[in-house]
Amino acid sequence: MAKVKPRVKVPRKAAPGDVITIKTLISHPMESGQRKDKKTGELIPRKIINRFDAKFEGEDIFSVDIAPAVSANPYFEFSVTVPGPGEFQFSWVDDDGSVYETKKKIKAA
Amino acid sequence: MEMTRRDMLAFASALAAVGLIGIKPAEASTELLEEAINKFAGGMPESGGVSITAPEIAENGNTVPVEVEAPGATDILILADGNPNPDVATMHFGKLAAEQRGATRIRLAKTQNVVAVAKMQDGTYRMAKREVKVTIGGCGG
Repeated sequence: MAKVKPRVKVPRKAAPGDVITIKTLISHPMESGQRKDKKTGELIPRKIINRFDAKFEGEDIFSVDIAPAVSANPYFEFSVTVPGPGEFQFSWVDDDGSVYETKKKIKAA
Repeated sequence: MEMTRRDMLAFASALAAVGLIGIKPAEASTELLEEAINKFAGGMPESGGVSITAPEIAENGNTVPVEVEAPGATDILILADGNPNPDVATMHFGKLAAEQRGATRIRLAKTQNVVAVAKMQDGTYRMAKREVKVTIGGCGG
């Protein structure tokens, strides 16, 4: 399986109170559980990212409960009011229990 | 049997008509959709207050960009009535969210309605619906 790699785009700097847009993407096949193996005719078991969370210093910004109808390499875009300098935390939860995480610092002055 | 050009055309158009009817599937998923809305909102919400931005025609149903926005919402449920399972995603907005707006990319099996149900801060629910025409479906096949 391809390696799961999260990618997040956050501006490096912003003034406190600024509204910024964050774009996130994680490489993942999002196997829906509806597809059949072409050779054996058996259903390929479901394996998706079922939850995404975005926080700033532990405080909730945006989160999503995800069903198989979200495309492969799930992409999310949302906006945040920057409270000040600090760190954004992003996490994705896989059906198999793995959690993929990434962090981004922002300078706000 | 000899076929004139006229017979041939009549025959062809009859076939086409049958074909069109044949493609239209039974709408069993409307029930599933209503069930999902009921589960989330406890009834049929009023429309308005929610906007869905999606292409009118999506060439590839495997990845259709969809954006939902509902000012004053805490959660937005996204559903698609023509998929094997109507659930798509539920977005939750925290305190730091600047706007109650989120964009993602979804799979649509065929031409269908994308539905967004928003839960507002005051506990009421609002809803919006938008049709997306899909040229190539996005569910395995």
